[in-house]
Amino acid sequence: MDSALLLDIVASSLRLSTPLIFCALAGVLAERAGVIDIGLEGKMLFAAFAAGAVGVTTQSTTLAMAAALGVAIALSCLHGFACVTYHGNQVISGLAVNIIAAGLTVVLGIAWFKQGGQTPPVIDAVRLKAVTSIALLAHNVLVYVALALVGGVWWLLFRTRIGLRLRAVGENPAMVDAAGVSVNGIRYLALVGNGALCGLAGCYLVLAQNASFAPNMTAGRGFMALAAMIFGKWHPVGALWACLLFGFLDAVSIRLQGTKLPGIGEVPVEMIQALPYLLTVILLAGFIGKATAPKALGSPYTKSR
Amino acid sequence: MSQGQQDIPRWLDVGVVPLLNLAIALVAAGLVVALVGQSPTEVISALVKGALGTQRGLSYTLYYATTFTFTGLAVAVAFHAGLFNIGGEGQAMLGGLGAGLVALWLAPGLPGLAVLPLMVLGAAAFACVWALVPAYLQAYRGSHIVITTIMFNFLASSLMVYLLVNVLKPAGEMNVQSAIFAASAKMPGVHQVLGWVGIAWPSSPLNLSVLMALVAAVGVYLLLWKTRIGYQLRASGASQGAAVYAGITPQRQVLIAMGISGALAGMVAMNEVSGVHGKLLPDFVSGAGFTGIAVALMGRNHPVGIVMASLLFGMIFQGGAEVAFEVKDFTRDMVVMLQGFIVLFSGAMAYATAPLVARIYHRLRGNQHSNPPTLKAKEAAHG
Repeated sequence: MDSALLLDIVASSLRLSTPLIFCALAGVLAERAGVIDIGLEGKMLFAAFAAGAVGVTTQSTTLAMAAALGVAIALSCLHGFACVTYHGNQVISGLAVNIIAAGLTVVLGIAWFKQGGQTPPVIDAVRLKAVTSIALLAHNVLVYVALALVGGVWWLLFRTRIGLRLRAVGENPAMVDAAGVSVNGIRYLALVGNGALCGLAGCYLVLAQNASFAPNMTAGRGFMALAAMIFGKWHPVGALWACLLFGFLDAVSIRLQGTKLPGIGEVPVEMIQALPYLLTVILLAGFIGKATAPKALGSPYTKSR
Repeated sequence: MSQGQQDIPRWLDVGVVPLLNLAIALVAAGLVVALVGQSPTEVISALVKGALGTQRGLSYTLYYATTFTFTGLAVAVAFHAGLFNIGGEGQAMLGGLGAGLVALWLAPGLPGLAVLPLMVLGAAAFACVWALVPAYLQAYRGSHIVITTIMFNFLASSLMVYLLVNVLKPAGEMNVQSAIFAASAKMPGVHQVLGWVGIAWPSSPLNLSVLMALVAAVGVYLLLWKTRIGYQLRASGASQGAAVYAGITPQRQVLIAMGISGALAGMVAMNEVSGVHGKLLPDFVSGAGFTGIAVALMGRNHPVGIVMASLLFGMIFQGGAEVAFEVKDFTRDMVVMLQGFIVLFSGAMAYATAPLVARIYHRLRGNQHSNPPTLKAKEAAHG
């Protein structure tokens, strides 16, 4: 394999990993605070739609990104309202977010742009461009933001007072409550951060990777990010490695489509694409290492009187 | 998950609260319809007319309801054992694979009366095994069933595409699909059966699987509330600790519940693959597994409720398809959106409306010391 191809695969792995990294970090924030979030997919999708719709109508990158972040944070708060404030089932609430996003984005897209749910392409001036022309580093700014946020989320979780409280809320909320800190307040805070990160993932899809929004363009990436978060054992750095691995598998499977490898023959692309999910199942079952979820994950907090 | 509610009478709990949740979801969807510049009343009347106004529309409604009954029952059986089976989608796909393999292998040489039961068995077996793997991992390896079943949905769809592209697709076929089944693998349509007894009925996808769905609903009711297996299953769902104390092994209940749940989801294949397509397609389930979750939530995980919720969703799907013809810019995505609102308001937000209803009820009755109903209501709201 020549070095140009190798560099190419490394670069495209990084590009394909970026939305996964944003979403996986979003998942880490929510689930470390004890809130299950299977709605990553829906939030990313709706954010992508908002970025596309606002980017096309206002021709402003800032407004497009603000809209994407706003929409994703609003959906996160809806999730919080249903299952933090009202103690609803977190899985069902996440599922509702996903289904609503899948339907509503297309409904609004057809009503506003009349292109079968797609938005018109966002013009180049609005899109995010590569920050440098050096071959290996020629990525748009969001790729670097994603990598920086891995460090940022790590620092937040493990080096700040808020992070300590956030992790405590996910493990033993009663203790945090006894210390006089609002459990639900911390959970909402985590969800707002979670929404912002999903919003960035949506921005990346429309303003960097593609030029317009298309129905269901997330195509399961939110669930793959969920898998990456688990594969990374609910740790931002672990999640980064998992996202890079999944992004690499994605890049390789695109590259290997229809080619024959010496000695192996044609590698079934479906198998490589299924590998992230398979690896996650195997990991969760404790066959390679052990992934332990935060202890209070999924249980709403009731203050005892 | 607990039964009944002490604070409000049963008719309020099982009658008014679900309808109120549905009404809120409809209002939310109506607001969106109005927002995009269409008339909600026009859409609703076209929807009801499209779903129930003609014999053909009614048949389509029942055909959709059949699929949703199977997936809804699948979710409910798992739910009573305290499990959230989000993998109905993948299990139904595997059911299709099982039924399809039987059809491709045996249908050319056997009559329908022999092939169709074998296809049912094939669908049930494949879907059951596909559900048992996450069940085993949950019961004995401690991995969370929600995550595993989500992963298994993706694995199922990869597997289906791989098998269809590389193994089952006949040479020279351009589309990703299997060979067309022999005639004996086709579940007879209701219009055909009615034709045999001399009743004219318009042709539609509605087939005899609809009777299987009714049998399944009765069967699930009997299983859950009239047998020892069902009792043990519900006991372990209600409280694992108490179940262990009563000599029930929760691990085994997980396997039993998921096995039955998977097999029920697999029956979707009889309605879709055997009843309609007559060949195996990669995406024949098209979201029915997720609709099943909405159906089970609306139907309060009870077979009667599920059949009624399935009919409602059948109406919405069929009516929605008709409205798409009549109202400009109305698409099926509107139906998906409504489905999302229903999951939100009858599922996730169920705890928000039940206490409200309880409070209003007690206010009207003039009860002084009824408060606080919230805690009990919260437990019961999930019925």
